Amino acid sequence: MKNSATGCFAIIAIIVIIIVGKSSIYTIDETEQVIITQFGKPIGDPIIEPGLKFKTPFIQEVNRFEKRILEWDGYANEMPTKDKTYIVVDTYARWQIVDSKEYFERLRDERSALSRLDDILGSETRNTIAKHELIEVIRTTKERTPTVEKDIAEADLTGSLGKLIPIRRGRSQLEKDIFETSRLKLKEFGIELLDVRFKRINYNESVSKQIYERMISERQQIAERFRSEGAGEAAKILGDMEKELKTIESEAYKEVEIKKGEADAQATDIYAKAFNVSEESADFYEFLRTMELYEEMLSGESTLVLTTDSDLFKYLKAVKPLAPGTSRSAVVPAITAPAPAPVTPPR
Amino acid sequence: MRLQIGNETVEVNLPDINAKAVGGVIAAILLLSALFTSYYTIQPEEEGVVLRFGKHIKNVPPGLHFKAPYGIDAVYKVPVRRQLKQEFGFGTRGATNQFQSSSPQEMESEKTMVSGDLNSALVEWVIQYRITEPEHYLFKVRNAEDTLRDASESVMREVVGDRTVDEVITVGRQEIESESNEKLKALVKLYELGITIDQVQLKDVNPPKAVQASFNEVNQAQQEKEQSINIANGNYNREVPKASGEAEKMISEAEGYVAQRVNEAEGDSARFTSLFAEYEKAPEVTRRRIYLETMGKVMPAIGNKVIIDESANQVLPFLPLNQKIPTAK
Repeated sequence: MKNSATGCFAIIAIIVIIIVGKSSIYTIDETEQVIITQFGKPIGDPIIEPGLKFKTPFIQEVNRFEKRILEWDGYANEMPTKDKTYIVVDTYARWQIVDSKEYFERLRDERSALSRLDDILGSETRNTIAKHELIEVIRTTKERTPTVEKDIAEADLTGSLGKLIPIRRGRSQLEKDIFETSRLKLKEFGIELLDVRFKRINYNESVSKQIYERMISERQQIAERFRSEGAGEAAKILGDMEKELKTIESEAYKEVEIKKGEADAQATDIYAKAFNVSEESADFYEFLRTMELYEEMLSGESTLVLTTDSDLFKYLKAVKPLAPGTSRSAVVPAITAPAPAPVTPPR
Repeated sequence: MRLQIGNETVEVNLPDINAKAVGGVIAAILLLSALFTSYYTIQPEEEGVVLRFGKHIKNVPPGLHFKAPYGIDAVYKVPVRRQLKQEFGFGTRGATNQFQSSSPQEMESEKTMVSGDLNSALVEWVIQYRITEPEHYLFKVRNAEDTLRDASESVMREVVGDRTVDEVITVGRQEIESESNEKLKALVKLYELGITIDQVQLKDVNPPKAVQASFNEVNQAQQEKEQSINIANGNYNREVPKASGEAEKMISEAEGYVAQRVNEAEGDSARFTSLFAEYEKAPEVTRRRIYLETMGKVMPAIGNKVIIDESANQVLPFLPLNQKIPTAK
């Protein structure tokens, strides 16, 4: 009986110890910081060191907060720039709870902290965007010469292609503006803002359409340019070809004619030298050539009318006796004269 | 233990035995569960980060390890040796890394960007990274991977925003990769994410869908230009050498003519000269002989021959010159 009584007491004692222990012992994770509250009122400084900790049981409460760097991913908001272009801006920020007491008293939990971040960063973003032209949000580096695709740039007559629009401040400056102003406003909530950056910046739908149309027309004029350049180049080449052909042909013609002329001259000279040795040779040539011509000219189709006076047929009537004293040479003129006679048509 | 049931008092020994047994069973269960929860394995590509009462005490390499049970020690396993990647603007199916790609409805706005000449482009890219400092990854930043996504998008837009749309789509790809790699590395280091960026790779980079056709048109026109130039050059190359050849042929022919003409003239004149030399010896007879020889050749060939006596003058007017004269044959 005594045994069981001590047993009961032991069990009760263990339970009490567990209950008291549970409410007085707690751990802090590496990722956490803790504020101890007594009846809802913060007691002492925030506890940041991780490990096993003790507190007064029952009356003190543990409030845990993130110690790590947290992210805030803003909503994609539509807003106008200074040049009235509507863009959709999506920003993100990184923040940390540095004064958890302040944070606990003013915000209590992360949800209200995030909504405060939404308000402050959202409105600062709007303000900054509205004060600047669109290009200031897009570009960062002031001094940058873009690499240009030569063909495209040469074909573009608008001159806008392949060029960057100059900026005065630039994207990171704007981010810094938002950061600086928001940081001060968040400080009183025990929040340290670490940085703010633009995640996405896009045109809204109707602006997109205009941009696309502009891009299309830009490209089309380049395409037209290329086509006409092609046609021009081709025409030039074909013109060159015509010129070349004409030159080649005419030069050949010239050379041929010169050569032929020289040959003719040479031949004429050779003939003249041979035929023109004396009056006799010239006469003989004429005779020979005439004979050759007869051979060539007279054929079966020709009709020949001859008189018996002709040299060939003079014997047809009678054979005259040789006149006494006549030499052979006396006959010669009689032979030379009738030579052209036997040609058609008759006289 | 003594129990009062009605008027009877019963001596019961059971509870005594029971308390001991229960205590034993509880102790055994506690011991067993302690045994089963006090060892763990770290895989070869992982590193173990051990916390005791929430405080980081050590990192352990791959292998079998022991820890204090009942939540006294906690272990995070971080895949430090695994090459991880995040995809932007697209998503490969079946990824084991839950942070690899964003939701499909996000992808369109993820890849749409404005270039430095205020044009629009669709950029898809991939980042390769490893978790190199598990303590930072776990304890310095919450959701390091989400922060990495945001940082990567921001950096890519910053780099693209400093370039013309032509650079983004064609000539500037490599430059964009290396510059965003550098910038992202610096930013990740600044953020103390415990992550190291190995690579930024551009995937498909296109003009917006509505504009793509006109970009293609430019390419096509460029091709057409080349093509018409090539065709013209082809014509040139076909015609000009041919004409040159023909010209050479004409000239050669002319040279042939020259040779022929001169040779013939020389031949003719040589023949004449020889003949004339003989002729001079007996001009009268030779002349007669040649005449008669010629007539001998010519006369038989002539179809119609009319021979008239000088005195028969009246016949002439009736001579039917247009007809063949049968008597002549």
